[in-house]
Amino acid sequence: MSNFMSTNATNIDTTDESNEFAISAKKLTRNFGELTAVSALDLNVEKQTIYGFLGPNGSGKTTAIRLLTGLLKPTSGGVDVLGCHLPQEANKLRMKIGYMTQKFSLYDDLTVKENLQFISRIYGLSANEQKSRLSELLSIHQLTSQSQQLAGSMSGGQKQRLALAAAVIHKPKLLFLDEPTSAVDPQNRREFWEQLFDLCDQGTTILVSTHYMDEAERCHKLAILENGIKRADDTPGNLMNNMAAQVIEIGATNLRQIKESLIKLPQVISAAQLGTHLRVLVNKEESNPIALLQQQPCLNVTDKLSIVRPSLEDVFVSCTGQEGPQ
Amino acid sequence: MKTSLIRMQAIVIKELLQLKRDKMTFGMVVMIPFVQLLLFAFAINTNIRDIPVGVIDHSQTSLSRILQQTVDATGIVNFTHRYYSVKEGQAAIDSGEVRAVFIIPKDVSQRLVRHPTVGFGLPPSSKEETSRPIAQWLVDGSDSVIAGSIKSLRNMPLAELLDKPANRNTATFEVTLLYNPEQRSVVNIVPGLVAVILTMTMIMFTSAAIVREQERGNMEMLITTPLASLELMIGKIFPYIFIGAIQVSIILGLGYWLFNVPFNGGLIQLALATFLFICASLVLGLVISTIAKSQLQSMQMTVFILLPSILLSGFMFPYEGMPLPAQYISEALPATHFIRLIRGVVLRDVAVIEMSFDMIWLIGFTCFGLLVAAFRFKKTLD
Repeated sequence: MSNFMSTNATNIDTTDESNEFAISAKKLTRNFGELTAVSALDLNVEKQTIYGFLGPNGSGKTTAIRLLTGLLKPTSGGVDVLGCHLPQEANKLRMKIGYMTQKFSLYDDLTVKENLQFISRIYGLSANEQKSRLSELLSIHQLTSQSQQLAGSMSGGQKQRLALAAAVIHKPKLLFLDEPTSAVDPQNRREFWEQLFDLCDQGTTILVSTHYMDEAERCHKLAILENGIKRADDTPGNLMNNMAAQVIEIGATNLRQIKESLIKLPQVISAAQLGTHLRVLVNKEESNPIALLQQQPCLNVTDKLSIVRPSLEDVFVSCTGQEGPQ
Repeated sequence: MKTSLIRMQAIVIKELLQLKRDKMTFGMVVMIPFVQLLLFAFAINTNIRDIPVGVIDHSQTSLSRILQQTVDATGIVNFTHRYYSVKEGQAAIDSGEVRAVFIIPKDVSQRLVRHPTVGFGLPPSSKEETSRPIAQWLVDGSDSVIAGSIKSLRNMPLAELLDKPANRNTATFEVTLLYNPEQRSVVNIVPGLVAVILTMTMIMFTSAAIVREQERGNMEMLITTPLASLELMIGKIFPYIFIGAIQVSIILGLGYWLFNVPFNGGLIQLALATFLFICASLVLGLVISTIAKSQLQSMQMTVFILLPSILLSGFMFPYEGMPLPAQYISEALPATHFIRLIRGVVLRDVAVIEMSFDMIWLIGFTCFGLLVAAFRFKKTLD
């Protein structure tokens, strides 16, 4: 549906072939007064991939994105984005990147079409380019029938499609999405990710921040952030396989009491109830975790224990919360 | 350069679209000058007439009644009450029932015939007997304008009271009143009103401009684009230049048709003066916009500028009457310079270029303000 984009993307690609990474940051740090929002972040994002920042609220995801887009100046460290060294070449970078903010930041009192026209003028598209690009975007993002509607009166999913359309209007080579699906239902989220994979396929590198596990799992590569520190960094599959813990599921009746006593064991990293089961993370160094747990007085012999495949949430839990209260 | 123009054009179009949707603001653009002109031009008047006063007539003669009628006929005062003692009269002034009391003494006829101005050909005398005034005014002097009006009655001619031809005194000085010979306040007020209304609307609109983008979260998106801060500023204020022009036409047009305010200067001169002032006001609004954190704060700062612009700019009280420190403040306000310019252009038919000090001041203010605003705007991002 978008030949136009893909042909064009390959054209742009020739400009900075020198670097294999779209983003490479070294010891990137940003302080706000006493608070260190991003601490010594090393980052390499390969071209044409979707890279995820996974972390709880306040973990420095937004600050990291702002540093990478040149909106904030780092306190120390440096970063190269698409061959532009930040913060010196921040203005040069503006034309090459798209940024979709966490909160809907287009104009509620303009129509869909007027909003897109505004953004396309801001990026200096000529009248002809504007016309064809707009109708193309409206059809890709299924907004053609809403083009005369005021943006403020649209649903969360429609607003989000509009925001994405606006962010890619100038065909950026690198797209930043800051918690793009926080106001969107699962169905719309699926469709949104389809769009992202299309864009990626056409040569766009995408960096997305999220606190949804299912969303993080879709990324090619993932960095888990906590308190401004990168805790882990790999593909979702590797992260799950190389996790520093084993996952045991316990089926029992008095799960709340079991959880209370298990959590006190030094080998147990965490325990969380999932419906009728208790999911316990046990340190990997423990050779026989099932035996360890079964010895506990709080468990009955009839209770079922089994080792299960770790999920991304388990990875997240085992990586974070090592410092300070969780 | 070309893309820069397109970007500014984008902001202008967006502002106009938003203004079109904002019916209330759009209505205010027309209604503010319309209503305020009608209000102020009718209401503000320094030629005071029909001040309510009381009379205490100790004489009770036909002469005393004729004296009252003569005073009444000036139109300055209106005898609304009658009192029988000075004490009663003073109580009426205290309670605000009347502004002044006219006390006619028992021997008013003797005083009148001996009075030098009414005179029987007697030379002016310093003798106690002949130099006594005819009657007395007891005035609530707290309002200097009202007191001044009654003071103007002090030397009113009374010769015709005795059927004598008024002896034509030769004035010490001949005074010729140019531009406003009938001394109508409205002639002075309408051009000044242009300054007040433009100060109010122009600063108000733009002071909210940047803050609104911030409050609604649009700024987060704008700063990620190649849009430069100066482009945003210029694009933001450009549409309001036209709105200012519409408002000026409403005020001066209505002033001309309804209040017969003369329009002596050329249109081009008027447009030039107005353009300079609109730019200065818009830029002032922008500076406020970069300081204020919310629209409420920007409104408060607008009022902070607006009040001195009304009271110290020469719109209400003459610049010459202010003490030196107040004159410095007055000089710092764009409204002061514009009021001089527009009164010059509209009433005296002076070219703006002949008042180059005020002209250059407004241009300088605009350029300096724009730089401050662009500089401050940049700082707010990091």
